[in-house]
Amino acid sequence: MANREAPLPVIRFLAAASMLALLACGSASRDQVELRFWGMGREGEVVGQMIPEFERTHPGVRVRVQQMPWTAAHEKLLTSFVGEATPDVAQLGNTWVPEFEAIGALAPLGGLARSSAVVDSGDYFRGIWDTNVVNDTLFGIPWYVDTRLVFYRRDLFAAAGVTQPPRTWSEWRDGMKKVQRAGKAKWGILIPTNEWAQPIALAIGSGSTILDERGRFGAFSDSAFARAFHFYVSLYRDSIAPTVSASEISNLYQEFAKGTFAAFISGPWQIGELKNRLPDSLQGAWAAMPLPAPDGQPYPGLSLAGGSSVVMFAGSQHKREAWQLIEFLSEPAQQAEFARLTGDLPARESAWKLARLDSSAAMLAFLEQLRHVAPTPKVPEWENIATKVFETGERVVRGRVSEKDALAQLDAEVNAMLEKRRWLLARR
Amino acid sequence: MAARPPLIRRTDYDRERTVEYEVVRLEPASAQSRAAWIFLAPALGLISIFFLIPVAASLVLSLTDFDIYAVSSLHNARFVGLGNYVRLFHDPVFWKALGNTFYFALVGGPLTVAVSLGAALLLDSKVVRWKSFFRTVYFAPFVTTLVAVAIVWKYLYHPQYGLLNWALGKLGVHPIDWLGDPHWAMPAIIVMAVWKNFGYNMLIFVAALQSVPEELYEAAELDGAGPASRFWHITLPMLGPALAFVGVVTMIGYFQLFAEPYVMTAGGPLRATTSVVLYMYEEGFRWWRMGFAAAIAFVLFVIIAGATLVQRRFVKGEA
Repeated sequence: MANREAPLPVIRFLAAASMLALLACGSASRDQVELRFWGMGREGEVVGQMIPEFERTHPGVRVRVQQMPWTAAHEKLLTSFVGEATPDVAQLGNTWVPEFEAIGALAPLGGLARSSAVVDSGDYFRGIWDTNVVNDTLFGIPWYVDTRLVFYRRDLFAAAGVTQPPRTWSEWRDGMKKVQRAGKAKWGILIPTNEWAQPIALAIGSGSTILDERGRFGAFSDSAFARAFHFYVSLYRDSIAPTVSASEISNLYQEFAKGTFAAFISGPWQIGELKNRLPDSLQGAWAAMPLPAPDGQPYPGLSLAGGSSVVMFAGSQHKREAWQLIEFLSEPAQQAEFARLTGDLPARESAWKLARLDSSAAMLAFLEQLRHVAPTPKVPEWENIATKVFETGERVVRGRVSEKDALAQLDAEVNAMLEKRRWLLARR
Repeated sequence: MAARPPLIRRTDYDRERTVEYEVVRLEPASAQSRAAWIFLAPALGLISIFFLIPVAASLVLSLTDFDIYAVSSLHNARFVGLGNYVRLFHDPVFWKALGNTFYFALVGGPLTVAVSLGAALLLDSKVVRWKSFFRTVYFAPFVTTLVAVAIVWKYLYHPQYGLLNWALGKLGVHPIDWLGDPHWAMPAIIVMAVWKNFGYNMLIFVAALQSVPEELYEAAELDGAGPASRFWHITLPMLGPALAFVGVVTMIGYFQLFAEPYVMTAGGPLRATTSVVLYMYEEGFRWWRMGFAAAIAFVLFVIIAGATLVQRRFVKGEA
């Protein structure tokens, strides 16, 4: 109950007060430039270990790192912008870049990157680099990357007679059905009904742009999206995937080990988790594979271009030093070191070699998938739109509405959401 | 120093005693009220800075389409009049959230009051031993962090491994997907909320029960009143003020349902547990549609104010 607990405004006030206290404590000496860097979660925790090397090679520049949890990061960044207290450099989830660009918080980096001896756009995964380009201007440099692909129980599929990773959607669906029919797994795949990454990855794989070119209207009734949506909901309808939300799965790894489901779609952090959490006897039994493609389209299917970028804020007073820090974090050697510290995948292919990441089969599957990724629509409303997609999927799966009507409703809802954006574009 | 004012002695014949009155010379009215204003100023200042101004500001906000774009420049905000309210009343999610909130408050509220009254009666009864132990046990859920409680309840509700379904299975009932089925999710949240909150109300009832004079029960017993009519005709009327207080506070709290679905179900499945406050939070702090969220907040304010008035009249009429 809200009324008997400390209300949110009180917490915010206390947080602001303690921040002021912190600001008052640290004061740089006059001839030194102090950069403020904000990092999130595990990355924010670990980046501090790399800073001494930067400060050694850049005398006169000191970096103060502040770590914030992912759950609070978005709000804190927005609040700092409103309060004109943005850091010089920050980590930013790459789907957030368009939003912070829209409010004018970010400094353009295109010119700096072109004349840089360190940042070489050709060494980066193309789809990931593209997520940082808004209206033809570069606003972030990829820091680490992330995408979604399929983790599966190779042993269960093999026992059901599926020995090769499927390359098309129909092979994929048939394979999962075979595993179920052979009694090797209760469910073919786990796709929580309240996650947007999976349906959106399928839609991107099917060639949908999700919104129209300038992000003014939804493109959900177009054939590419409709095809992916049909594939997604039919996984539930044909009882290949259970109709459960993520919060109902108490232990993914236990269920995966027991064969409750034979596959799931997730990101690179699962490689470490599966190594730690699955029993030794199953260590050779799981594998990762790129997403299959819709029938008749080139393999592998495109997936999400995820990960974080480092950005420079427009309000920074030390842009030259801020760019030096971004360049430092982008050096292949630092990228490799960062991958070693966090387990994140480096954004530059040369760093993969340095960190010897291209030696394991699961990593190679990710490398292959990362070369085939595309960004989600670059509009500030994106996350809200993405949640509408799985909500619509859930309504169809539970039989509340037909597929066709659902997509028309989705278009209408999203078009209403984008009304403000259209008004602003028309005014420009 | 002024001399002590004279005392006037009067005899109060009705009560057979002497009463002394003190004569106080009154200050001029203006000086007195000025002093009052000075003393009230700090409190009034704080109230207007932290309450009145924000409330007025959010009323203005609810008439605009203030959103993420307006954060960068106020030129990107438009005055939309009652547009947010019109949109709200055409928004199926809002109606769903409103229905859910009423469901929670109208089922969960009385249930909480009934359970806490029941527990208080048990604790007050003469046959129960170790009263302070039980009082502590029943109160414990109320002071436990909701997030910790929610995690444990999530295990209890687990469709496959949960204790609840295991117990029901022994009785031959098929497993229920408590938090995953749109029909069961709200009842599951209500049960948890009742369990978590009844301890506080119970303490208030225990205190109120202890203040009911024992003579009333003895007299009623002599007149041949059984336990049921003693409860209806003595306990319940004597608990009137406590009941009114508990009812109003519980209901206001329950209309602000937020943390339970936020932690347990994130408003799902199929929005079956999205409350008005959760919807407001999502719109305002997740999607930054501040204007729209402010409109939701005002509608909720009107509802709570209305429900409180209705309840006060109802309880007054009864007591």
